[in-house]
Amino acid sequence: MINLDDPQKFRPLVGQAHQVAMNMLRPISRKYDQAEHEYPQELDMLAAMIDGLSDSGASEGAGAAGVRREESDGDTTIKNGANLASVMSIAEMCWGDVGLLLSMPRQGLGNSAIASVANPEQLERFEGVWAGMAITEPGVGSDSANIRTTATLDGDHYVINGEKIYVTAGDRADAIVVWATLDRDLGRAAIKSFVVPKGTPGMRVDRLEHKLGIRASDTATITFENCRVPAENLLGSAEVDVKQGFAGAMATFDNTRPLVAAMAIGCARASLDLTRDLLEQSGVVVDYDRPAIVQSAAAAKFLQMEADWEGAYLLTLQAAWMADNREPNSLEASMAKAKAGRVGSDITLSCVELAGSIGYSETELLEKWSRDSKILDIFEGTQQIQQLIVARRVLGLSSAELK
Amino acid sequence: MSLINSLKPGGKHGVPSSESRDPIGFLVAGLSKLAQSDLIDTLRLRKSTEQAVFTVTRNGFKTMTTASRTFARAGSRGVDGVRLPAARPRGVFDLTPTEDQQMLVDVVTEFADEVVRPAATEANETCEAPEALLKASLEIGLPILGVPESLGGISEERSAMAGTLVAEALSRGDLGLAVATLAPGSVATALGLWGTDAQQQTYLPAFTGDDVPAAALALNEATVLFDVLSPSTTATRTADGFVLSGVKTLVPRGAQAELFVVGALLDDKPVLFLVESSSTGLSVEADPAMGVRAASLTRLHLDQVTVPADAVLGATDGTTYVECVRLSRLAWCALAIGTGQAVLDYVTPYVKQRQAFGEPIAHRQSVAFMVADIAIELQAMRLVTYKAAARAAAGKNFTREVALARKICADKGMRIGLDGVQLLGGHGFVKEHPVERWYRDLRAIGIMEGSVLV
Repeated sequence: MINLDDPQKFRPLVGQAHQVAMNMLRPISRKYDQAEHEYPQELDMLAAMIDGLSDSGASEGAGAAGVRREESDGDTTIKNGANLASVMSIAEMCWGDVGLLLSMPRQGLGNSAIASVANPEQLERFEGVWAGMAITEPGVGSDSANIRTTATLDGDHYVINGEKIYVTAGDRADAIVVWATLDRDLGRAAIKSFVVPKGTPGMRVDRLEHKLGIRASDTATITFENCRVPAENLLGSAEVDVKQGFAGAMATFDNTRPLVAAMAIGCARASLDLTRDLLEQSGVVVDYDRPAIVQSAAAAKFLQMEADWEGAYLLTLQAAWMADNREPNSLEASMAKAKAGRVGSDITLSCVELAGSIGYSETELLEKWSRDSKILDIFEGTQQIQQLIVARRVLGLSSAELK
Repeated sequence: MSLINSLKPGGKHGVPSSESRDPIGFLVAGLSKLAQSDLIDTLRLRKSTEQAVFTVTRNGFKTMTTASRTFARAGSRGVDGVRLPAARPRGVFDLTPTEDQQMLVDVVTEFADEVVRPAATEANETCEAPEALLKASLEIGLPILGVPESLGGISEERSAMAGTLVAEALSRGDLGLAVATLAPGSVATALGLWGTDAQQQTYLPAFTGDDVPAAALALNEATVLFDVLSPSTTATRTADGFVLSGVKTLVPRGAQAELFVVGALLDDKPVLFLVESSSTGLSVEADPAMGVRAASLTRLHLDQVTVPADAVLGATDGTTYVECVRLSRLAWCALAIGTGQAVLDYVTPYVKQRQAFGEPIAHRQSVAFMVADIAIELQAMRLVTYKAAARAAAGKNFTREVALARKICADKGMRIGLDGVQLLGGHGFVKEHPVERWYRDLRAIGIMEGSVLV
């Protein structure tokens, strides 16, 4: 039966995440926006607390741990599972602070990659490891099939060489999931991901970026020079299946894109919630029954933003719900990220405008959210990449036809 | 009117009232008058004009509303009618329709593909739904979709979700025809939702029988910045009932309708009234608009129309009226989604076939991304609308959700219509393709209040 209300069973989880976001992340939000590159030590305690919640079963996949596709067990009842729980709790945490969420120990995007493509043995071995994700290179961004970092089999080790940039939590994480090619001539099919533990000889953090937003999260440049990792750290299958192509590695994105969409949704809702409050204090109350055109311009803009937000939110829940119910969701994941990414920017920037100098000044967090939101329309596939994916799917065109 | 005023150009023909004429302007205006005069015709300087059809042109010609059948009074006044129970979802996020809903959608989709779409072009021209199509819409049960089973309908629970799915499927065929065919059922649904036992017993048998009357929910008015919650149509109490006065616009099939639900202000609260078409003081005039033409839109004049005390539908404190407005907006959202889907389904093969610079235009990102955005926004519209509809069916408050659905469907729906035409280029602008019609129809979303509800 069609029902798009928040799943009842996740109310406690979302409630907890909200309390954490409000009482733990918000108080230190501005602090680490200003103290870029400083490690938010408060998060260690938080991570311990979240682990405790996970162990007690009170939360179901509070973060990146829960995005794996379970094998079919023949059960056809509709499920609200780990994917929905993840996007909802991540949105809630990002209502607190996106940068801090990205710095949460053991909740990295690398963890999503592990959860998505690792075999059972690897899942067990890497449990509890905080993993960052290294895809982008100085010369390669959205065209991740062209990465130049190489992995060469040498005995029972792979030798990795190359330079990775924009590695979120690259300095803080316990390990990095590195994308590298086994053979550049074989194209995208030869791209595999490798778990490289911190401290592995040959892996070196060169520098940390100074950024527009999410400054609480460290973004590292990492160089690999003859970095040897055990062959069993290659995630998934080592076989180069030219037919399957990029699908293996790209499957990660079907899982991580809804998560990034959820981040944009959480950040945008922070802006909306505060702006609604500020508007009400100055006498502008949004009336849901009166037509927007007979209300003030601010109220009409608010209605438009909230409507767009609702659309982005539900697209994100849809993508996660499909994953929970083992339906392929590449199209919906990209739709969610495209919509949430652009809506996140429109809302956070417009809220600054509506709040005027209160919005622009550092006395409030509105300006910060409008800086934080921008990256969410860029990483894990830019707006344009999402449009490209959606267009190819909808039009039934190959990447050769629609470049 | 003074001579000076009659010489002023403003206030008619879309000219702002601040405009003035200079000498050349007066000369041109005079020529224009001459060109329009009958003199030119008696001199046979112009080809004979076609006979204007009542519904196609707005010529100020008012006529009596159709004589209604005698709705035999039955049932108990002042006693609540049958009320459908709310749907009870099990608290799980779910996008799967029930089996019954899916069956309905399948039937209506077939009807939309095979009957509605082929009739759409001509119905748009003639501003009239074909008789056979209206008949067929009765056979698939459209008028009784929201009527409780115990009253001869097919509904076992609140029908807002099923109605939304049906309206969407129908408007994929054609929005104007969807409105024409859904209008009677909307009145029947309203009777099911708010009617007293007497109102249900009196009117519903006509809707569940073989000879279903045309009927319409009249809420719109010709006011700039119209606020449906503050209608200027008034209801005044008399010794044994009410007197209604005002003008309602964009009323679907008003010339054929035998029963109207009219919104009017009573003691400063908006209230719904049941008005039979044979009531004295009712007249109807063609009110064709840029789109939704197949619904034979009309203007309904109420000049001191007397209705009995039990003509009030639902509560007089404004709550029924507001709920009606919300459910109506939900229906228009569903119509927007269906039409948006029609646009997407049409432009997709077109841009893959249309060649420019030696390859299909779909191979260009500027074209392909437009299609992608149509798909993305359409799905967002659909989900936001479904959320509101599911809440309405479950008896939950859906004030916020339906407001957001209306906003996103009005904004993005129009965008889809606009881009649909743009993607076809010049072909989009001509009537050979249906896209220009969808463009005109989608402008209705966000403007229309009433007419249909789920």
